[in-house]
Order: sequence, then structure tokens, then C-alpha cells
Amino acid sequence: MIALPRLKAALSALLSHWWRHPGQLATLVIGLSLATALWSGVQAINAEARASYAKAEQTLAPDGLDRLRRSDGQPIALATYVTLQKAGWRTSPVIRGTLRVEGGERFDLLGVEPVTAPQSLAPTAGEGEVFDANFVGGQGLLLAHPDTADQLKAAPNLPPVRPVETIAPGIVVADIGVAARLLDKPNTVTELVLLPNQPSARSPLSEIAPQLERQSADAGNDIGRLTDSFHLNLTAFGLLSFAVGLFIVHGTIGLAFEQRRGVFRTLRVLGLSAREMTVVTVLELLTFALVAGTLGIILGYLIASFLLPDVAATLRGLYGATIEGTVTLRPQWWASGIAIATLGTGIAAAGALWRTHRLPILAAAQPRAWAMLSSRTLGWQMGAAILLLITAVGLMVWGRGLVLGFLALALLLVGAALTLPPIFAALLARFQTIASGVKTQWFWADTRQQVPGLSLALMALLLALAANIGVSTMVGSFRTTFVGWLDQRLAAEIYVSANDAEQAPKLRAYLEDNADAVLPIWDVETTLNGVPGQLYSMADHATYRNNWPLLQATDNVWDRVAAGAAVLINEQLSRRQDIGLGDSVDIGGKRTLPIAGVYSDYGNPAQQALISVPLWVELYPQADRTRFGVRIDPEEAAALKEDVQQRFDLPADRIVEQAKIKEISLKVFERTFSVTDALNILTLAVAGFAIFTSLLTLSTMRLPQLAPVWSLGITRRELAWLELARALILAIFTIALAVPVGIALAWVLLAVINVEAFGWRLPLTLFPTDWLRLALFALIAAALAAAIPARRLARIAPANLVKVFTHER
Amino acid sequence: MLVRAQQVHKSFATSDGPLPVLRGVDLSVEAGERVALTGESGSGKSTLLYLIAGLDGVDSGTIEIDGKDIAALDDAGRAELRRTRVGIIFQQFNLIPSLTVKDNLRFHARLAGREDAAWTDQLTQRLGLTDFIKRYPEQLSGGQQQRVAIGRTLAAKPALVLADEPTGNLDEETGDAVIALMLDLVKENDAGLLMVTHSNRLAATMERQVHLSAGKLA
Repeated sequence: MIALPRLKAALSALLSHWWRHPGQLATLVIGLSLATALWSGVQAINAEARASYAKAEQTLAPDGLDRLRRSDGQPIALATYVTLQKAGWRTSPVIRGTLRVEGGERFDLLGVEPVTAPQSLAPTAGEGEVFDANFVGGQGLLLAHPDTADQLKAAPNLPPVRPVETIAPGIVVADIGVAARLLDKPNTVTELVLLPNQPSARSPLSEIAPQLERQSADAGNDIGRLTDSFHLNLTAFGLLSFAVGLFIVHGTIGLAFEQRRGVFRTLRVLGLSAREMTVVTVLELLTFALVAGTLGIILGYLIASFLLPDVAATLRGLYGATIEGTVTLRPQWWASGIAIATLGTGIAAAGALWRTHRLPILAAAQPRAWAMLSSRTLGWQMGAAILLLITAVGLMVWGRGLVLGFLALALLLVGAALTLPPIFAALLARFQTIASGVKTQWFWADTRQQVPGLSLALMALLLALAANIGVSTMVGSFRTTFVGWLDQRLAAEIYVSANDAEQAPKLRAYLEDNADAVLPIWDVETTLNGVPGQLYSMADHATYRNNWPLLQATDNVWDRVAAGAAVLINEQLSRRQDIGLGDSVDIGGKRTLPIAGVYSDYGNPAQQALISVPLWVELYPQADRTRFGVRIDPEEAAALKEDVQQRFDLPADRIVEQAKIKEISLKVFERTFSVTDALNILTLAVAGFAIFTSLLTLSTMRLPQLAPVWSLGITRRELAWLELARALILAIFTIALAVPVGIALAWVLLAVINVEAFGWRLPLTLFPTDWLRLALFALIAAALAAAIPARRLARIAPANLVKVFTHER
Repeated sequence: MLVRAQQVHKSFATSDGPLPVLRGVDLSVEAGERVALTGESGSGKSTLLYLIAGLDGVDSGTIEIDGKDIAALDDAGRAELRRTRVGIIFQQFNLIPSLTVKDNLRFHARLAGREDAAWTDQLTQRLGLTDFIKRYPEQLSGGQQQRVAIGRTLAAKPALVLADEPTGNLDEETGDAVIALMLDLVKENDAGLLMVTHSNRLAATMERQVHLSAGKLA
């Protein structure tokens, strides 16, 4: 054990270095804080989302009680419930459905029977029982999270809403009778909750209700699992930003260790053992980890608060998952932030720490060339890079699953980053050979000498640029495909919904008289091969035959579907169930049809199938049939819309022009990727900072290299310009390498990650003008980073350059 | 006996095989004795000094400090020896650049756990460093830095001071002044001193001179 006074003395000597080099201290703290902030910000978002999912599960299936459900996913007749009760089964009925309100918002409606409902299904309101007389009596009462309650208050024709904090956002709880009315599902229930303490003498389920099956509590739809891919995506981005930040920390700590090599030896000479030296160094690093970690967590909280609304929008758009829009400071999040900062510091400082521990006490005290790489090291590095890249390609070709996809992506990035120093060294050596002028030759040789010191920062820049190119290519490809797909899918000029089932035939008749075509767009929630999904009706019309975005199709696809002899399925259903042409789909246990085609359905989290209108009506005669697409000359669309709206007294949200829907869809799309954009910019900013700090710290060690050249007749101003040129040239090399790496990254995202995460694959589209813009940004960042050291060099007093010769030993 | 070295052998590995530097050195230093160690460049003077300081290990032979064989000590034991019994003054000063003169002066004593503020203040005054205590080493001349290095060593009150050409980087006049001061302070402190020097003139100021030649004491 090291004695306290000795510990204090040694620690004060080590820490004093940082007070004498505040710039270096700031770099270290900022680097570590940024790395921690980006990581913990993402973790905060994930934690918040998961807490919301847990809350939702707590509301929807909180008790671990088993349920009775129909195996075909259809509602259970109320009579069956009564039969079960008479047979001794103790159950509580529950009805579930989607509550649509004006404005297009959808909420999960949960109807419970307050008398029999288990305690766990009753939300707690803080001041006692929520299932009071108002809940069951009169027009009923809706219970919802305060945010959801606010959204519902504006909706007409709904019972009063009472805000209840403990209910998850997006979920509405009502009495079962009220819910059945709102969902228009009279005399049915969705499931029966099996209450505890069932009497032993009761008739077997197979005898009294064979259509029902007992399902365990966790067999329901798990939004947490569904959104895992999105959170993994965010985590990967957080990790990338963290890694880029660690490059800064690694560089700074490495430099500080080199600068203090003499101090370490002196401390050893003055009586500190190697073990004590290591303990003191670890304590020093822990101090930084704690300070920077805390700052990082605070910064991470701000980042999370800034990004969470967009993340919430993304989750709602992609998965229908609703999360709260505010970040809560959770103790485990603090702990994980400090832990990651400590871990990051440990990783970044491991090499330096090892060198300190092994430092020979009597070796020459002058600092060795900082991070100098021998040609042998470069060879090893290239070998390792090639190995990593081959493994990445192997994983992409043969690997399955999201985790392996991300692993391939990580290997690709790390492998590409490792190729940078050997490629640069080879390139610069070649330039040096072919250079004719003495000054040019020196310039290339000197640049080559700087590469080891700058390589970490350049690798960080490479990662950030590649990630930027990769992600923006992915988003751009998505946007191009999505816009084209919207044009195909939204072929009708007007989309209209009747106010109710009674009005629908009149509306349809009027439209048929006044428009070119009326296309029923009716949907019902059912099961597709036993899995919950959407079933839509599709009219036999040229609109679909000419426009529908089919990815695969059999011959006579449209004729077969129109005849009710085949079904079309979306890409999500095809990929998740691994079915396609030649396979068949069981529709709600009512009909099994062969698949005639697969269509793209971007942005839809659900599995979906399309059948002809007559077949749809035959299978679901009771289902809602109020929505239509209307084909008309686009120039007449606005007038017809106004006419229909007035004639049928339709609220604005029930009749929408195609252009409006496209505008909304694109807005949702842009918001979906705003999180990615923000993280992209932050990562790039961190990389820019890494370049800046590397150039700044290297500049302090450059004088011994520059002073001899200055003494031979190159002016300080000329040297400064050369320094600037060097930074720009290295940035250009890095950008050139980042483009192919970024394209490869985009391909992995589109062809591997997207398919695994969302169930659809997108074509790759390249955007060279975006790269040029990014290159310009990187060059400006490099120029700015080099400007301060270059300016300092141009203005350095000759006496300081002369000192190099007098101090050199 | 403060230091007793017997049949000390030391060689260094080179690409042409081991290079013997010390070939059976016997040396002793009494408490309070001041000894000059002279010899040609490469004769092994500094190597012998570092072996006595426990900075490196012997190939064979023994070195005892206060009757304890330092070859038997592990890294922590040798560190404790340097901290508490031995003070080393280098030609290159080896001050801690990020600490002020004052902190550098106190540093070794703090590590040894026997800081004596009055003694440090006295040293500061006698070494002529009072006006510079808030400065950093880089802001001092070579002579001033060497005085700080001497002060740092003596502030810890070591029983044995090992000095490796302490005036090698100083001009003659400054060097003489620094040595005179160091000898006075060592004497007052009743410490033993073993000083490596090239200068016969400086060596003559010591109580005893030993000459190292071809790896053996003459």
C-alpha cells in the first residue's frame, strides 16, 4: 500500500503537468466529455424508450396472468364468456383495438371490466381508486397519460378524459362497454384474463370453448423486442461517436505520457516503485474519468433532451411505439456514464500505462519520436487491416442477424481505419521519390514523419467522414426510393373517408358519378399465417395495374388477384415469414391463397396483404367500409374535394388531396432521419476537434524539426504555409479514402442492416455532390485546425528557434 | 560502514556480445565521508554510481548500504532505499518541469515522509533561491537549476548523496560555487558523498579520491 503523503506528493507532481499545459488538459477533458456525452446521450434515449415500453407492458399485461384467446385471432363472442363463467372459469373480459380520432392519430384502446378486472389492470391515480362511478356510469370516462389526454381532449364524440400519470403514453383505458362502443365491436371481447385461484372442478376448455387457447402473459406483442433494432442502430452510432472521441483522449494521453517520460523516471529515481508509479498514474486517470465523465453525462443529458422528440417521432412512425418526450435522470444512467468514461479512459490510456509500468529507469530521458511507427509496425497494421476486412466481407456474405451485421460494419470501419497509416506512408514515400526540388523533397519527407503523430486523428476523421458518407447515402437512397414509391402508391388524386357506414354508399355513389374512378381502400386487422397483420382490399383498376410497386410477381398477377384466386403481400411479411411467390397465406383462418406478388411498403411496421374487393367483403362483411381513393383529373381535384366536403359535411381530416399526404409523409420521413443527421454532425465535429488538437499538440514538438530548416534559409512564413498545405493534403488523402469506405458502409446499411432491422431492402443510389460538400467541410475544418499552429509558427520569435540548438542535447 | 561494494561485475549487452564495464570493483564509503570517483569516459563511473543507488542490478558481487545487500531487495525495496537513504544529483538536473522551484525543493522530502519546512527554507536561502521559488525550472539558468537539484536532494536529509558530474553542465566559476555549497551542506548534514567527476581540481577538494580504470579501481 502506498503511504498517503507519498501518494499526494507523487500525484501532485503528475497533475502539475496539466496545470502547466491547460490546453492539453482542456483537450483531454473535452475529448472524454464529448465521447461520454454522445454515448450516454444515446443511452439516455434508449433507457427512456425502454422505460416507456415497460410502462406500456405494465398497462397492457401487467400481471403475468395467462389469457384465453382465439387461435385465429378473431374476437371472442360474449356468449363464450358467459359459457365459461357458468362452467366455473374465473375470467375477466378485455377488449383491445385501435382508437382513431380526427387528425389521423391512433391510440391503443384497452377496455376492462372494472368489477372482475384484477388489481393489476387498474391504473393507480395517486389519490385512490380510478374505477369509480364516472368510469362505468353515464357516457363513461377515458383514462390516459397526461400527454395523451391532451391529444384526446380536442377530439369530438369522445367521453371525458382523465389524465393518469401511471398509464403509458399512447394507451387509453376505458370501461369495456365504452371501449366496445368506440371500437364498434359490440358483443365481443378480445381476450379473457384468467384470474388466480381457479376452482379445480371446472369443465375442460377443449369441451366448452374449443376455439379458445390458453396463452401465457408474455405471448403478446412486445414493442420492446420490435424496436430493438432501432435502439441497436442508435447504440451503434453512439459507440462510433464514443470511439471517435476516444481517439482524442488516446492522442492527448499518449502525448502527455511522452512529455512526462522524464518526470516518470525522476519519480522512480526519487524512490517510487514501478507498482506505486502505476497506482499513481491510474489514480490520475480515474480523476479525469470522474471529472470528464460527470461533464459528459450532463452534456449527454442535454443532447438526449434535444434529440428525444425526434426519436419519439421516429419510433411512432416506424413502429407505432409511443414514448415520453422528456428525459429523466436515472441513477443507473449516471453509473453507466461514469463507467463508460472510466472504461474509455482505460482503453485510451492502456498503452501509455503499460509503457509507464515497463519504463526502464535508466534509459535515455529524451522523448522518443511520438508514436513513431516502424515500417515493420506498418506492415503488421496493414496485415491486420486486411484480415479484418476479409472477416467483414465474410460476415456480410454468410452472416445472418442484426448483431452480425453490426459486427461486419464495425470490422469494416476499423479495418479501413487501420489501412490509413500504411497507405499514407507508401504514398508519401512515393511522392518523396519523384519530387525533384529539394524543398518539395523535404516537404514530403517531413509530412511522412508527421503521419504517425497524426494518424490517430486522421483515422478518427476517416471514420467520421465514412460514417457521414455511408449514412447520408443510405438516407439519400431511402429518400429517392421513398419519393418514387410514394408517387406509385399514392396514385389517387383524393383520399376520402365517409363519416360512418351509413354515409359510405351515398358518398361512393356520388363520387362514381363525378370522378373517373372510385377505389375502395378498406382494411381490417386480422392474422396472416397466424401472425397479426393488416388485410387491405384492392380494386381491379389500371391505377394499381400501372403503378403498384411490385418487387416480384407471377404472370397474370393482377388477373389472379382480381379473380380472388391470389394475394399480394408486402416485403415485411415476405421477409419476416420467409415466404414469397409459390407460397400461400392463411387469412385469419378463413381462406388460404397463393402469393402472386410482393410489393414494397416502406415505413410500415406491420405485415400486410392485399386481396380483391369482392373477396375482402366476402371474408369480412361486417368490417368498416368507409374509405375510398378517387381518380380524377388533377386540375379538378381541388374543386371536387371542396364540393364533397360541403355536400357530405366531412371534417377536413376525412378528405385529403394526394399532394397533402405526400407532403406529410415526406415531413415524417425527414423527421425520422433528423436524429441520424444530428449524430452525424456531432461525430464529424468531434473528428474535427481531434484533428485540431493533434495539430496543436504536434506543433509544440515541431520546433526541433523546423528550426534546422529555418536556419538553412526557409522563412517562418514559408514554413507556416507549408504546415497549412500539409494539413490540407493529408485531409484530401483521408477524404479520398473515406469515399469508398463510406459507399461500402452504405451498402452494408442498405443490404444487410436495413433488411435485418426493418424488413425491407433498398437500392443504392450515389450522391457525389453530397460528397463534394462534405469534402469541402472537411477541408475547411482541417484548414481551421492547422491555422492556429501555422500562425503561431509564422510569428514565433527567432530567439525561440535558436533555443532549439542551445537546448538540444 | 555506509557503503560497501565487493567484487562488483557489470556488463551490458551489445550486438557484438556482452560488454564488460565493471570487472570486480571494491569500494567503501564511511558515514560523513566525501569521496571523489574519477576516471576516463566510459570507464564505468556512472554505472557504479547507479548500481549503488539501486537504479540497476549487479551481474555479480555485492553492494551493501548500511550493511544491507541491495541486490536482495525487490523493486519496492530499492525504491524505498532511494527514497529514504540515498539522494542522487544528476548532471542534467532532472527537475520536474511542471513544479515550481519551491515544490521541487520539497518534493523528495515529501516522498520520504520527512519534510522539514525550516530546513527547506534554510536550504532555499543558502542556495540563493529565495527570489526564484515561484519560478519553473525552464525559467532558471543551468546553475540555478543545479542548485535546486542539490537542494531537493539535501532537503530529504539522505545518509548518502550520490552526485553524477553535478557541475558538468556549468561554467567553472558557477560550478565551483555550487560544489562549495554542496560540500558545506553535506558536511553539516553529516551525509556521505560519492561524487563522479572528470575534474582533478574538483576531486582534490574531497577527502578521498578513487580512480576507475578499465572497470577496476586503481
